[in-house]
Amino acid sequence: MTELLHTPLHAFHTARQAKMVPFAGWEMPIQYPTGVIAEHLHTREAAGLFDVSHMGQLLVRGDSPEAAAAALETVTPASVVGLQPWRQRYGLLTSDAGGILDDFMFAHHGTHFLLVVNAARTEHDLALLRAVPGITVEHVTDRALLALQGPRAEDQLARLIPGATDLVFMDSAHLRWGADEVWVSRSGYTGEDGFEISLPAGIAPVFADALLSAQVVWPVGLGARDSLRLEAGMPLYGNDLTDDTTPARAGIGWAVPKVRRPGGSRAGGYPGADVIGRELADGPTHVRMGLRPEGRAPIREGAEVFATDDAAHPIGVVTSGGFAPSLGHPVAMATLPAELTIGTTLYAEVRGKRLPVDVTALPFVPVHYKR
Amino acid sequence: MIKYTQDHEWIAVTDDVATVGITQYAADELGDIVYIELPVAGQTVAKGEEIVVIESVKTASDITAPLDGEITAVNEAVATDPAMVNSDAMGAWFFRMTLANEGDVDDLLDEDAYQDLIS
Repeated sequence: MTELLHTPLHAFHTARQAKMVPFAGWEMPIQYPTGVIAEHLHTREAAGLFDVSHMGQLLVRGDSPEAAAAALETVTPASVVGLQPWRQRYGLLTSDAGGILDDFMFAHHGTHFLLVVNAARTEHDLALLRAVPGITVEHVTDRALLALQGPRAEDQLARLIPGATDLVFMDSAHLRWGADEVWVSRSGYTGEDGFEISLPAGIAPVFADALLSAQVVWPVGLGARDSLRLEAGMPLYGNDLTDDTTPARAGIGWAVPKVRRPGGSRAGGYPGADVIGRELADGPTHVRMGLRPEGRAPIREGAEVFATDDAAHPIGVVTSGGFAPSLGHPVAMATLPAELTIGTTLYAEVRGKRLPVDVTALPFVPVHYKR
Repeated sequence: MIKYTQDHEWIAVTDDVATVGITQYAADELGDIVYIELPVAGQTVAKGEEIVVIESVKTASDITAPLDGEITAVNEAVATDPAMVNSDAMGAWFFRMTLANEGDVDDLLDEDAYQDLIS
């Protein structure tokens, strides 16, 4: 096994007695001594600081931003051309078969685009993007990426960067902390208001300390990041999104806007467009849904779901599941026949037992964005 | 007398009755425990048999019968409030069992051996 990579905040984590685990080739904090549940609840009630420096930060440039946008639309069904400067969107990379190769955020930064991709997919995405004619792709490896999430994120970030309060959900900006340029977007992966902040690696630990200094923000590990995104009904690449999953099946058809669908002014032109476009028009046979286990046992990814407690064949499979700290009970997401309605009772198999679960709307908790 | 297993269980032995839980080290490693499934009283168990399911926010694991015997009591309180295991693992017992062979206890780890294991 190759040596695990360290983020610029590695010493910050170990100094706070984080439990460090391997994740996508990086050594990352899964939790601090506070524990996953307390970190999760603190993020929903106040604010949590997450080190997401393992994610890939990519700068995409073309002869012009318009040219770069058009080139990116050859690999993603997102509307890149339609993105206004200093705004951000969610996008997918798709395969010829209509599967999802990665999901990512992209922001228009005036002269170029900033893409943030999954850590485990960074090398894959770099190779894919570098094969696209007309753009150059810079992998930014000298900057940290922090996520500050929760209802106190705004006032705590404003202590350091007053201009951050001017941003609304999915805005992105070049701001300053002292002499240094920081790239701030109002977005995140928890369902709460919050920010993602890219900054030079060397100043990241001091910046993180400054954010924590008022005792409002806690450092939060990847364990709570996962439970927060699960409650918010957000899909995770590798679990809910795979190269076997299409946008419609994943329940993220909105990531393929009308303009890129059949009949749209820039329809198709991305890998798998025929499959993806047809499935969005016809409706998928299966789609990602929420499940509320009736009992207290967590139901995790891979659990098969059955229509009855004695059915021979499963009708679906859990793609993400676990305990929901804000709700005090387990929740799960599963790919299931699209015709199922909210409230239908199904059975998930855990350790050979069929446990009743109810089909539930997503997200499991209300989201709080500043629009 | 408190003994331990390689699987981070503690066993308090009085004559031929053993009270079993998990160590604080194990509870800390698991993280916040959210679900515990206990065996039933009267169940005959064999050493190594998986008889308790423990789920933390992060992972599912199980604990095994430390010795051959019969379950005589289970602590429903830990199933109702699994977090009590995190806050006081040595005080949160899971089940009591009678031992088929009292001599088997000698094969378990003593305090010093267990501390060596986790250090």
